[in-house]
Amino acid sequence: MKYTKAQLGWLVILRVAIGWHFLYEGLVKLVNPNWSSMNYLLDSGGFLKSFFFSLASDPVLLNTVDLLNTWGLILVGMGLILGLMARPACVFGMIMLAFYYLSHPPFTGLKYDIPVEGNYLIINKTLIEMFALAILFVFPSSRFIGIDRFIKKRK
Amino acid sequence: MKRRDLLKGLATVPVLGLFTYAWFKRRSYENYLRNNILDEIRLKATAPDFPETASSEKQIRLGIIGFGGRGKHLLRAAGFAHPRLIDDWKRSALQNSADKRYRDYLEQEDLNLVVNGVCDIFEPYGRMAQEAGANISRKGSGGETGPVPKRYRHYKDLIHAGDIDAVIIATPDHWHGPMAIEAAMAGKHIYLEKPMTWTVEETYTLREAVKNKDVVFQLGHQGRQTESYYKAREAIENKLLGKITLVEVTTNRNDPNGAWVYPIHEEASPETIDWDQFIGQAPYHPYSPERFFRWRCWWDYSTGLSGDLMTHEYDAMNQVLDLGIPASVVSSGGIYFFKDGRTVPDVLHTVMEYPHRDLSLVYSATLANNRKRGRVIMGHDASMELGNDLIIKADPNSTRYAEKIREGIIEPGQPLFAFSPGMQGVDAITTPTEKYFAGRGLLYTYRGGKWVDPTFLHIKEWLNCIRNGGSPSCNIDAGFEEAITAHMGTLAYRENRKVHWDAVNEKII
Repeated sequence: MKYTKAQLGWLVILRVAIGWHFLYEGLVKLVNPNWSSMNYLLDSGGFLKSFFFSLASDPVLLNTVDLLNTWGLILVGMGLILGLMARPACVFGMIMLAFYYLSHPPFTGLKYDIPVEGNYLIINKTLIEMFALAILFVFPSSRFIGIDRFIKKRK
Repeated sequence: MKRRDLLKGLATVPVLGLFTYAWFKRRSYENYLRNNILDEIRLKATAPDFPETASSEKQIRLGIIGFGGRGKHLLRAAGFAHPRLIDDWKRSALQNSADKRYRDYLEQEDLNLVVNGVCDIFEPYGRMAQEAGANISRKGSGGETGPVPKRYRHYKDLIHAGDIDAVIIATPDHWHGPMAIEAAMAGKHIYLEKPMTWTVEETYTLREAVKNKDVVFQLGHQGRQTESYYKAREAIENKLLGKITLVEVTTNRNDPNGAWVYPIHEEASPETIDWDQFIGQAPYHPYSPERFFRWRCWWDYSTGLSGDLMTHEYDAMNQVLDLGIPASVVSSGGIYFFKDGRTVPDVLHTVMEYPHRDLSLVYSATLANNRKRGRVIMGHDASMELGNDLIIKADPNSTRYAEKIREGIIEPGQPLFAFSPGMQGVDAITTPTEKYFAGRGLLYTYRGGKWVDPTFLHIKEWLNCIRNGGSPSCNIDAGFEEAITAHMGTLAYRENRKVHWDAVNEKII
């Protein structure tokens, strides 16, 4: 795949920006000893509500979810910024965003206690970030700008 | 490798440097805010220390008088749930794995009790009390049972039984005084449901009897066990609120059950209810199942909102603020919604004055709207909202916090400090998410992943004092203050006048 300079430039900027967002969200959770996904999970709505509730109700499971979430965010963030294993990072990032979206889908009739900054109908920023990761997956940039360049070259 | 390759491969690495710089700037700003607030409030949001309970080796032999709604709850909290309730919990847990009531109940500590006697003047309740008292295995219907406790037809026989050390009394209000006095005179330890008494005179007699006979007395304000109340005391001792001049407490209910319109049992009849014993010292009235099951609606047996619900609020504030008996009380209200023949009001406001403390305690209740009006302690520097969670918000015109508000360190109207049982602790709240959760009281409300019934803790404290000495948190002195305050509220309403307390002669005037 060949990109123009502008195409490649904007793909990298988008990748780094999403990576930055993931990394900050992960680190904030890591350094806050009181953080837990419990409140978020218990605020869930939509057809997977009971699944998210069950995650929150078991302390061991909840701990695992918290750990996976925190480190998932950090690793995906680092991967996107550095362009290291950027395509798997896109996939994992999309899976995480899908969970966030499905636990609080902005469907008509569903109400949440946790406030959202904006007005949404079906499409929200989480879903858009997920689609952006899909774009980054099908238009990979890390083999040009990113550590993946070295990995690719060696093959 | 070419230099161009290396540059392209590492082109985004400097972004991490930028990130790290921005990260530490943000962190140091948040730490600056946090440390400044912590410096100001000097209060940890960790749970207060509760003393470890000493030995429970000595088995205590229990009797229970009254097995209605509250009696069932008390015996269950003591470790003797009715088998059918256990069945319900089990069934519910099978349908909904989040329902942990059964599991938690099995894990509830064994208080080393034996129920030797039960007394209820309604036939089915007496039977149920026996079944619950024998349910030592907590297994449900068909489970292993212990010896069936003896059933007494008259409370005096239970109190004077030789194999009973302590009694739980959960009868209608007009029976609290006579039964507790009888038990104290017989040297039995007493757990008595609130309010402590129905008449003013009984209050003095009971206090004297408990003190003379040296029995352990606990009044049933299980709110005394609420963790956040201990934290509230600490915050007030640290002068976080400044000078407190107004305390507002409320009752907000809006359903027939909350207004004491309880269902009438299908087996109720003059044959199954010992009506004469029910009447006791109340004015005579012919048999009435409504009056028997909904006794809280009539002054003849009840103390109305003042004794039934204001006492909870008053006792909580007495615990946190050491208020004692108010110098004067006025009340007003009426029967505005439940025009069902009741004599007690369903809307009531009582104002208690504490001139020596420069503060008013205002109670306001309605049984026909459940908008949460909360419980707020208002000081010149901050307000405290107190429930299971505790939230302190600085006042915009505070003197103490003025400088920090100007500097943008403290945001008035936003939680400054929050405490929530089971939560590791948010010492000083700085991030928007923390503020949001604290403000909504959405933080965890149970301890160590388990719901703890405050009634269980309250009974446990009583038993601990019986075994090892000491005085329970809602002892006879706290009970005396509770009862006198409630009576002043009731008298003010019924006689439509301002009622005063003569502290020197200990008389209501």
